Amino acid sequence: MTTAPDTYNYDPTAPADRRQSGGVTGWASRYVDERTGISYVVKEFGRKIFPDHWSFMLGEVALYSFVIILLTGTFLTFFFQASMAQVTYDGSYGPLKGLDMSAAMQSALHISFEIRGGLLIRQVHHWAALLFVASIGLHMLRIFFTGAFRKPRELNWTIGFVLFILAMAEGFTGYSLPDDLLSGNGLRIIAGMVQGIPFVGSWIEWLVFGGQFPGTAIVGRLYTLHILLLPAAVLAFIALHLVFVVTHKHTQYAGPGRTNDNVIGYPILPVYAAKAGGFFFIVFGVVMLMGAFFTINPIWTYGPYDPSPVSAGTQPDWYIGFADGALRLMPGWLGGPGGIPMEFTILNTTYSLNILIPVLVLGLFIVVVMAYPFIEAWITGDKREHHIADRPRNMPGRTAVGAAGVTFYAVLWAAASSDLIATHFMLSIESVITILQFSLFLAPVLAYFVTKRICLALQKKDRQIVLHGYESGRIVRLPGGEYIEVHEPVDEYERWKLVSFNEYEPLMIRPNAAGRIPVTERARAVVSRWFFEDRIEPVSSTELEVAHHH
Amino acid sequence: MANDDSKDLLPLDGHTTVRDPGTAVERSDALLNPGMPPHRLRVTDTDPRAARRAERVVVLLFYISLIGSIFAMTSYFAFPIKPNDLGSVRLNNVFIGLGLAFALLAIGIAAVHWAKVLMADQEGIDIRHPVHGDVQTQARAVEIFRTADRESGFNRRVLIRNGMIAAIAALPFPAIFLFRDLAPAAGTPAEAYSHTMWKAGTRLTKDPTGDPILASDVTIGSVFHVIPDGLLTAPDMLEEKGKAAVLLMRLEPGVLHVSPARKDWNYDGIVAYSKICTHVGCPVALYEQQTHHLLCPCHQSQFDITREAAVIFGPAVRPLPQLPITVDSEGYLVARSDFHEPVGPSFWERRGDYSA
Repeated sequence: MTTAPDTYNYDPTAPADRRQSGGVTGWASRYVDERTGISYVVKEFGRKIFPDHWSFMLGEVALYSFVIILLTGTFLTFFFQASMAQVTYDGSYGPLKGLDMSAAMQSALHISFEIRGGLLIRQVHHWAALLFVASIGLHMLRIFFTGAFRKPRELNWTIGFVLFILAMAEGFTGYSLPDDLLSGNGLRIIAGMVQGIPFVGSWIEWLVFGGQFPGTAIVGRLYTLHILLLPAAVLAFIALHLVFVVTHKHTQYAGPGRTNDNVIGYPILPVYAAKAGGFFFIVFGVVMLMGAFFTINPIWTYGPYDPSPVSAGTQPDWYIGFADGALRLMPGWLGGPGGIPMEFTILNTTYSLNILIPVLVLGLFIVVVMAYPFIEAWITGDKREHHIADRPRNMPGRTAVGAAGVTFYAVLWAAASSDLIATHFMLSIESVITILQFSLFLAPVLAYFVTKRICLALQKKDRQIVLHGYESGRIVRLPGGEYIEVHEPVDEYERWKLVSFNEYEPLMIRPNAAGRIPVTERARAVVSRWFFEDRIEPVSSTELEVAHHH
Repeated sequence: MANDDSKDLLPLDGHTTVRDPGTAVERSDALLNPGMPPHRLRVTDTDPRAARRAERVVVLLFYISLIGSIFAMTSYFAFPIKPNDLGSVRLNNVFIGLGLAFALLAIGIAAVHWAKVLMADQEGIDIRHPVHGDVQTQARAVEIFRTADRESGFNRRVLIRNGMIAAIAALPFPAIFLFRDLAPAAGTPAEAYSHTMWKAGTRLTKDPTGDPILASDVTIGSVFHVIPDGLLTAPDMLEEKGKAAVLLMRLEPGVLHVSPARKDWNYDGIVAYSKICTHVGCPVALYEQQTHHLLCPCHQSQFDITREAAVIFGPAVRPLPQLPITVDSEGYLVARSDFHEPVGPSFWERRGDYSA
């Protein structure tokens, strides 16, 4: 935009194309374009419109945290030694002096206590990793509850879900690297879970750890995954994810002027380049403040890994909590000791269902969440493209299912802190676990019904506002002595936000051409009724007219 | 309504297809989109003084960032890390971090502020097109695949095709074989977990000092974290410790329920149990002296020591394996034998006939 007038740059001795037009900007653009053909990209995407909403920043936070992780992680690799060779600590931290530990732990302590800024970068790396997983989670919730996964974005939902799993894998491999007591116990649990894989578990564990736990191989192997394989996969999936964002163009919320066929917002150059670019620095700055002021993962207080000690209140980083919680909630004996054992031996094979069941339940949960866009598309039978994000209340069935899923996850997550809940609230650990076991099944059902009713109530309120206006807070006394509150009508732009939404009715099944009703259609009708039986219609022009005549 | 693609309505033009809305309700008397609301000018659009003020704020922020960077670099030297001084680590961390945080935040806030109050504020409109290619392109893509099939004979020369699929399908298996040596060549994991360092006569020693334990020092109600004698100098110390770690407790006479097969496994009310949880292998490190319960801090499995470490709560199923103990001629506690079953978490290859 800041091209100086041509006359200012005029230089008769310069090459001819320099003098053509556009000054320095024009010359530089042509220089690059004639060697790359990139002007097409600039023309197509330079003024691409991007809609504006705070909730669209969650994915950006995830992207920027990943950049921060790459930058700080690279710094850490220069000092970290991924070796389990035993050394005797002789660094600055007094309480650990003279203790045997792995070279990995020693180098992590070296980074923390002897490298200037090393602790800062380590903490920024860890905080950014936590933010990465958290923002992906929130971003997914935003996508889910606004229906932004609908056609044509179903595949991008699954790609994003893979990124969520990769992010958790990155997190877990990362915090296992320092080989401290806490992460070592985490690995011990993983080893135990791997051992529980049917028929080949002990062999797989043998391969993963290079022999018996803990062995001397695992930190080196996790390091290769953590800095090579997983980041490459994350980068590849992020690239794919963003290509689809560009291809589909971003969703937008319903609003005046906004339709399913347009995008309204600001252009990438200059407004979004400045806003999004600036936001990267804000995210980085906030994480930097956290690294400067808030301790994270103080491995020196845990000490080096030793298979014998463990501290009470042991728990993993928060995003692994749901898996740990599942292990805690699974009873060894159904109905208490003496009931049905979840591990038994038949013909020299030990069936450890107490490990297998939680793993399968988590796997099933993940598959259902990943497949949700396809499930909902099957229920509605809607083949249209959807680019207007729903308000959660306008899709009560989906929002309620989502709330049930979130509750299920939340109970598992709470279970990972069952011992801390018990000690903080002076409860017995047994009662906390038992309550959470029942909650795992009952709380999602409760959440489903409560959420659905709240959504329907909010939809009714929206109808009220459209038909009769909003409460102005102005009380008027009528000549007869009666008091009323004056309702003001909403303007047409506000009204549009309240009435423009998709609405579905339950599927009416009819026989197909062969005169039969397939089982799948019957099933679809049942689910469709469950989803759409209770529904509130948007206000139509006829209703609005009638209301205005009152 | 039909739900398969073939029943989509015909395209209106070469590009747009009307897709089946499924069970969506499309009403004719829906309210109409009122269109874009009138544009509202910002203060900086109408008041040049406000615009100049905003400009100064943005400039100032960029210079604050510059100061932050300089501050961070200065802190690197001004607050060095002194050997064996943890306070200096803290100062170094805080001041470098603070400088960098200001440097970063100021750039970010400046850029966003610039965009919000000074850059052009006119919203633009892009028109969306369906994601799929137009009808001709789609048809051409299908045609290209068909042509390729015809020209190569992919579906006609079935033997070639199947041979190729078989060859490619077999190719990953050698790669899988290459991973075999991730694990040691000799032995099986089930064997490895069936043997620990404990042998008949191995002294029980304190963890982590390695001092032997006199039976007379184990008073009623006390608990010892125990490792086998010689562990500290063993070549695979951590692996052996991960299997051999033991908890030693002495209970009041009479509270122990001893099964006939294990009647000589305890010594005068002193019992030793594997510390490795039978659930997923955490150390079962918490002992409740009054109730004689062992609690695993990882997943809260509880074991009753008075009843041979039977599970009384939590996700574990099997009791902790018991280490048979006695005393040697000098009065030190020693193992009578190794454990009689594999220690640690269950695995499916675990046999069921261990004599408990």
